[in-house]
Amino acid sequence: MASRAGALRPPVGAALVAALLVGMTLGTVAVVAAFSGASLPGASDWAAVRFTVTQAALSAALSGLLAVPVARALARRRFAGRGALITLMGAPFLLPVIVAVLGLLAIFGRAGVMNDGLAVLGLPRVSIYGLHGVVLAHVFLNLPLATRMLLLGWQAIPAERFRLARSLDLTPGAQFRHLEWSMLRATLPGAVLTVFTICLASFAVALTLGGGPAATTVELAIYQALRFDFAPDRAATLAVLQFALCLTAVAVGWSLVRDAGFGTGLGRRVEMPAPKGWRRAADGAAIMLAAGFLMLPLLALVVRGIGGLGDLPGGMWTATLRSVSVALVTTVLTTGAALLLALAAGRRVAGHRVFDVAATLPLAASSLVIGTGLFLALRGVATPSDMALPVTVAVNATLALPYSYRLLLPEARALHQGQDRLAQALGMTRWARFRLVTLPCLARPLGFGAGITAALSMGDLGVITLFAAENNATLPLFIHGLMGSYRMEAAAAASLILMGTSFALFALFDRIGRHVAA
Amino acid sequence: MLQLDHLVLAEPGFRLEADVTLPKGARCAVLGPSGAGKSTLLNAIAGFVVPQAGRILWQGQDITDLPPGQRPVTILFQDQNLFPHLTVERNLALGLSPEGRMDGAARARIADALARTGLEGLGARRPGQLSGGQQGRAALARALLRARPLLLLDEPFAALGPALKAEMLALVREVAEETGATVVMVTHDPQDARRFADVTMLVAEGRVEAPVATEALFANPPPALAAYLGAG
Repeated sequence: MASRAGALRPPVGAALVAALLVGMTLGTVAVVAAFSGASLPGASDWAAVRFTVTQAALSAALSGLLAVPVARALARRRFAGRGALITLMGAPFLLPVIVAVLGLLAIFGRAGVMNDGLAVLGLPRVSIYGLHGVVLAHVFLNLPLATRMLLLGWQAIPAERFRLARSLDLTPGAQFRHLEWSMLRATLPGAVLTVFTICLASFAVALTLGGGPAATTVELAIYQALRFDFAPDRAATLAVLQFALCLTAVAVGWSLVRDAGFGTGLGRRVEMPAPKGWRRAADGAAIMLAAGFLMLPLLALVVRGIGGLGDLPGGMWTATLRSVSVALVTTVLTTGAALLLALAAGRRVAGHRVFDVAATLPLAASSLVIGTGLFLALRGVATPSDMALPVTVAVNATLALPYSYRLLLPEARALHQGQDRLAQALGMTRWARFRLVTLPCLARPLGFGAGITAALSMGDLGVITLFAAENNATLPLFIHGLMGSYRMEAAAAASLILMGTSFALFALFDRIGRHVAA
Repeated sequence: MLQLDHLVLAEPGFRLEADVTLPKGARCAVLGPSGAGKSTLLNAIAGFVVPQAGRILWQGQDITDLPPGQRPVTILFQDQNLFPHLTVERNLALGLSPEGRMDGAARARIADALARTGLEGLGARRPGQLSGGQQGRAALARALLRARPLLLLDEPFAALGPALKAEMLALVREVAEETGATVVMVTHDPQDARRFADVTMLVAEGRVEAPVATEALFANPPPALAAYLGAG
């Protein structure tokens, strides 16, 4: 079809959103680059780059390798609680990082379960702080993500291939070589690179478990340069390095995505062969170990925090209220912006590729790089403390947008191809179309995306650290303050509130979406 | 009267010219090989394809630049004629007003349209809970409510069996007679044309031929039609 009369209306809203996104990502980098001329990277800056890449590579490799046996076991075994375990694997993405860290400290920390055990055996205590602690936390946070990505790969192998393998009586080894290995070759690099990119820009883990000359990431170095050394030009130089790192990772990721070439099946439901004997025991062990590794720290945190719930530190509820407000405003902004972009991109209006790129840019951005840019650009206008909450909202909204957008895009495309034509043929008014067609059809991804945004924003411990003072801390920053003064039980109790609020916000928006769609 | 005035529809590797007139109240079949542009022609009349040149006129009024919903047209597509997430009643309400308002009067008219298309009492269902034939009936019920003077059918019943399709065509005839609509129906089945249409337009080799009385056309098929029919 040559062109469609209805598609000629220019997408003003989407263009505005795209411009804002470019400003928040590339604009802040431009500001940072302009300032960075004043200072060349020094030896400690390069050490930070090396540490950042090392910890991200180790975290990604470990998450990817450990995910293979776990995902394979989950793909071919059926057991009670399997569905619940897979759902649980989605939770760490929404889990506030500081909560995960406190959970790990409850097991592996100085006064944790593991060190108490070592002491009983007369062995020396080990410290969780440093490279291994950072990697441990990153594997804890990203192993589930990698597992779910690989599990999708396993489930995407058409049942017909396994049926054929069975009829040819392939051994499990041969089946792995011919079917599963080619799937892994296609999906594992993507999973590893995703984890690598996430770990490159991870700030809260380094802030809590890293530090010192030997374990400082670039993001952490930016924070220290701005907050303690008052050296904006050095922060700017570091921010340029960080942006270059993230951009490289995202660009490599773009070129790495490829198809396993299985073709499509007819959607037959044939279970994957589940070999007996030692393989069964090995699968069981992989599932038990993964479940234990993911659940024990949180259980230990609950045990530690539950005692402190009766005596919550002063100021915590104010911080909670502040965090919830930030999360709600962020959610409204991100969801609205993602909807405008996805509808415009889905209609394939002129320049729809620009919208796609604008919605992907935040993946290459990082909290502290944007924060540094905004700090430098706005410091003549307002005090850092005044800017703290608006800047946090803006940064959170920008960083969460790609997720919301990616969730909406396929549905927006389907909407355009199917029902938009009918809506046009009936001459429905814009409001009727939005209310009767767009909203009900997109309610599910809208609700899910809003839930993810709210939870991510609620648990974020990133840019707020650059700006906030005592009197306007969000809940994660408040908990970080408690950790800093070694009030670990209070921190554990507050982090239970944080975890509960984050998941409650997610569940609330997700449920609203399902309700409207039903 | 529908006039396609020196109309040119073009996209890369495709070109269709039409300069024909169809009298008001006609029931016209559009016949031709697949890929000839039958659907494109209908989509142009409905406003979904912008012509490269020429005009489309209804009763002497130029409708070429009107958006689809403001044309004097109801179109039934091959599929996706109903919103799957709305009840049949809500789907039909959109035939009465573009806001989909449903008051008492609207409800009564919808119930009446449902009854006349054999869908009595099914207003609360969703399209997915209806059979293929019932979905076709629901779309026709909405056409009845819209009562636009031009009814375009882009093979909406192609997926139905022969008996069900004959039933649908009879219903289309009823709806058209009741609303006084002019019907243009794309089909690849000569039987449909002979059973339903008093005139037939042939679309082949980049041209839309002027409508000819259907029986006369089949009695003495021009070469393009003969080739399509494979009669030799």
